[in-house]
Amino acid sequence: MSLVWVPLLAPFLAVPAARRLADALAPRRAAALLVCVAVGLALCTAAALALLMVPGASYLPWVAAAGELLTPLADGPPALTVGVSAVAAALLGASAAAVTVRLRAHRADLREARTRAGAFRGELAVVPDERPDAFALPGRPGRIVVTTAMLRALAPAERTALFAHERAHLRGRHHLPLAAVDLAARCHPALRGLRAPLGYALERIADEAAADAVGDRTLTARAVGRAALAGGPAPRPRTVLAATAGPVPRRVAALLGREVAARPAPRLRRAVAAGLLLCLVTTGAAELSAADTLHAHIEVAQGEWR
Amino acid sequence: MSGADKERRLAGELESGVLAVLWAADAPLTPGQVQQALGASLARTTVTTILTRLHGKGTLVRARSGRGYAYAPAQDAPGLTARRMHSELAKDEDRGAVLARFVSQLSDEDEQLLRSLLDEGPAGDRP
Repeated sequence: MSLVWVPLLAPFLAVPAARRLADALAPRRAAALLVCVAVGLALCTAAALALLMVPGASYLPWVAAAGELLTPLADGPPALTVGVSAVAAALLGASAAAVTVRLRAHRADLREARTRAGAFRGELAVVPDERPDAFALPGRPGRIVVTTAMLRALAPAERTALFAHERAHLRGRHHLPLAAVDLAARCHPALRGLRAPLGYALERIADEAAADAVGDRTLTARAVGRAALAGGPAPRPRTVLAATAGPVPRRVAALLGREVAARPAPRLRRAVAAGLLLCLVTTGAAELSAADTLHAHIEVAQGEWR
Repeated sequence: MSGADKERRLAGELESGVLAVLWAADAPLTPGQVQQALGASLARTTVTTILTRLHGKGTLVRARSGRGYAYAPAQDAPGLTARRMHSELAKDEDRGAVLARFVSQLSDEDEQLLRSLLDEGPAGDRP
């Protein structure tokens, strides 16, 4: 078997490494790292599936004719080659369909929300609702959507911090990296693990921007904390995850200059970074090598060698 | 960013703050009450200007109160739109992927940890 399988397996190693590294990095760098890893590995996955498809496809008469192949590509027993290629084609088709559906859904959601928010002439859209909620609605101009319950849960100064936080999301166009990683996750299931850390990094960026804007880290921390407490406990099942602090306490702790989770030692951090880099370089090299092998097989099948 | 843009943005931010105070209040507020609720160093005349502008846009309704007006958010059509928008957005959890929410929900442990963090305050204040 060739190296073409490496890009399909790499995300299972690279995703945990990227998560650990993102934990140790400043929010902006963490977000950039997570987006690059997710998009890069998604593209490598798609390319590997495409490479796997070719040998089996060469058994189809019209493909052979188009490729001027004298024989099908020699890449193991015919039944296995055709089987693997069929599965790869199905997976690639499913990924493409999932990405397309998701992209359309993203666009439709935003368009619809924008049309509805069009009734508001200011940046703030207040929703009469007893569930505390607030989010940034991207667009030109972007809007801040907030429920009455959220406004009542916060003191006026805390609301200023909330609005500054949402403005940072809008100004930074944070919905774009979120959408990019969401789409990447449709190409490889392991990449789903990058969505939550990216969300956290983007919230941290916005928290820091809000703390700068209101000039008070404690006030910003209180706004985040009180908004979360107003929502009450989630009906979340108790899992192993419950042992670690959730994103909101970590954000509040970071604003207050405290640590709820021990940061990894610099040495371990460097080791994780080196491991991740090795993993990504190996993936890229395997992809190129697999493409090269395939190319050689095609030349043989075209009767140019031997 | 040009000076005019910055000014317009700042005006928009002030409007949001004033609007938030009125939405959080149970009854219509006079400019003086809004100013007090904001707690910020905004001049009374600035607050009055913002309220008048928001009323002009149809975002606020007002009623005579003493020598001036008391303002409240206009609840009708825009409110309805907003409610619909919210229910649309809340419909599918996966849709939330596009929208960065201010806070996610808390587990019991998170809630305890959060309360203790808020009680203790910043790192420097610790005895």
